[in-house]
Amino acid sequence: MTDQTPVNRPASPLAADQVNSWRALPDASGHFGQFGGRYVAETLMPLILDLEKEYRKAQDDPAFWSEFDSLMKDFVGRPSPLYYAPRMTEHWREKAPAGKGPKIYFKREELNHTGAHKINNCIGQILLAMRMGKTKIIAETGAGQHGVATATVAARFGLPCTIFMGATDVERQKPNVFRMKLLGAEVVPVTSGAMTLKDAMNDALRHWVANVHDTFYIIGTAAGPHPYPELVRDFQSIIGKETREQMLEKEGRLPDRLVAAVGGGSNAIGLFHPFLDDPDVKMTGIEAGGHGVDTDKHAASLTGGKPGILHGNKTYLLQNEDGQITEAHSISAGLDYPGLGPEHSWLHESGRVDYVPITDGEALEAFQLCCALEGIIPALESAHALAALPQLTAGMDEEQLLVVNVSGRGDKDIFTVAEALDVEL
Amino acid sequence: MTTRFDNAFAKGPALVTFITGGDGDTAANLDALVAGGADVIELGMPFTDPMADGDAIQQANIRALGKGTRTKDIFDLATGFRQRHPDVPLVLMGYANTMIARGANWFAAECAKAGVDGVICVDIPPEEDAELGPALRGAGISLIRLATPTTDASRLPAVLEGSSGFLYYVSVAGITGTQTAAQTSIEDAVARLKAASDIPVAVGFGVRTPEQASAIAKVADGVVVGSAFVDLVKEHGDKAAGPLRELTQALAEAVHSAR
Ligand SMILES: Cc1ncc(COP(=O)(O)O)c(C=O)c1O
Repeated sequence: MTDQTPVNRPASPLAADQVNSWRALPDASGHFGQFGGRYVAETLMPLILDLEKEYRKAQDDPAFWSEFDSLMKDFVGRPSPLYYAPRMTEHWREKAPAGKGPKIYFKREELNHTGAHKINNCIGQILLAMRMGKTKIIAETGAGQHGVATATVAARFGLPCTIFMGATDVERQKPNVFRMKLLGAEVVPVTSGAMTLKDAMNDALRHWVANVHDTFYIIGTAAGPHPYPELVRDFQSIIGKETREQMLEKEGRLPDRLVAAVGGGSNAIGLFHPFLDDPDVKMTGIEAGGHGVDTDKHAASLTGGKPGILHGNKTYLLQNEDGQITEAHSISAGLDYPGLGPEHSWLHESGRVDYVPITDGEALEAFQLCCALEGIIPALESAHALAALPQLTAGMDEEQLLVVNVSGRGDKDIFTVAEALDVEL
Repeated sequence: MTTRFDNAFAKGPALVTFITGGDGDTAANLDALVAGGADVIELGMPFTDPMADGDAIQQANIRALGKGTRTKDIFDLATGFRQRHPDVPLVLMGYANTMIARGANWFAAECAKAGVDGVICVDIPPEEDAELGPALRGAGISLIRLATPTTDASRLPAVLEGSSGFLYYVSVAGITGTQTAAQTSIEDAVARLKAASDIPVAVGFGVRTPEQASAIAKVADGVVVGSAFVDLVKEHGDKAAGPLRELTQALAEAVHSAR
């Protein structure tokens, strides 16, 4: 994994400085190598093309970004701190071989308004929706974090909002369902399939196809048809841009390794992307290993899946040999999805980023350790990233710097954790 | 070379019928559709995530997969159909992932071997043609594309490029089996599509009754009916052939006598 040359260059001619860049994709047709693209029904195609046109205009419009930045600051509460985690650092340094165990920093996305990174993307997308003159908002949600973030921005801008949520998730995430309702959203329980995130996305797409004229679909992760993976990444890149500045300020240099959990991949790509062209910055994405990747109960699409087409993009998917999608499993509802964003599939195949599975049990342990050592209750998603620290820190020198993206806070997960620990509330 | 599609659409407006493969006694049901007078048969390939389908066809997909229906079974159904009905065009309809799972070339070759005439893939728009189009065309299989109310004049040439057999006009912006389009909007759209293309135009989505079918057949080259048949399979289980044949007869009469 030391060869840092991009292997899947876009076919189109590129400016000289882009040829050796990991940040030049997607290409004009929305592909990251063989991944990504626009695999949608014809009804949606014109809308997807419109969205891309509008996004290109917004990208070059300083007024768009100044509104984005000002909402990030005053509504979301950014920049989120880059926090040196002293006891976590000591803990793993003690267990590491002599001279090993890097300084551990947390990028504290859990301090954002609504408690996770999801809001960054929602602000960007609702500004686009309004530019396009759309008057209704829809979204899918698994754990409810993206649903809450979407309902929040819809309330902030006064647009009616419908959230599709698997009936199973409605049942296991009651507090978030109530939050969405308080924020004025309608929550539609989805009863198809296993009634979780994948099915919620199916029903959101079905609703969208029938309401394209006035409805904007705020997709919650860096997946879906082009240009969603690109624009979600761009909005989430604020995480990595801040981390870069903050680390330069604190340590006078760039971090040596970045770690983030990968559900659809938005918090991870947001942290990674601004560093992709810094060859000395290593990156690890953490997949949900569920009961173990050698069982049929996990959500590790890179480790246990193969490329396929679902929800508008080509990417690694959990599927059988006929191409039927298999159900994912993770203790973390936000990682419980049988695919991931196409850029991660490309970064995986090209070797720029390592992807590692972490089991439910490991995540639970890391969840508790973070509470006890740092006084921070992390989301179960983020706990997957924290659980990779033993394996990652053991091989890193003491002077090295490691950043974990604490993508969300764990208040939403206390019921799940209590149940897993056999604690009655 | 005249194709089975040419012959099917040469006789006047055609009735195109859809059922989901693996739901109910599919072989008997396909025979019932032909016996009732269907001119073109669409056989749905079940998929776990049928994003463009409404409740009726979603449930049919779940029933078919629940019974353990595999891709091999769909090709076995197609092969058997071709042996029993040498002249009736057969179209496989479904989603990209089941079609590319073993490679587009594998899929196209299996279609050719089974005697399949055309393929409708819901989630491969012209922009992603490379995924499946070249393999199908190379194997002599028609790629049947969808046009929708949102397909404007600037996109239409791209939709028509590389498609053959017939053009499937999805008359509502929506999913299968839900809304029904206004007759006037269908007439306008068909006129627009026919002016731009030299392949037949069939209209579907939301068509259930002989009355609707007759009205559409006055202007279009074909009428597609799906959810109404799938509902009958749900209702009658393995004994759906009789009711399917009756509904097909009523629809075929309406379509064939429309002009
Ligand atoms: C806190 C948190 N982290 C991570 C994720 C996973 O999503 P993504 O991979 O898009 O960041 C979620 C999804 O709900 C989440 O709530």
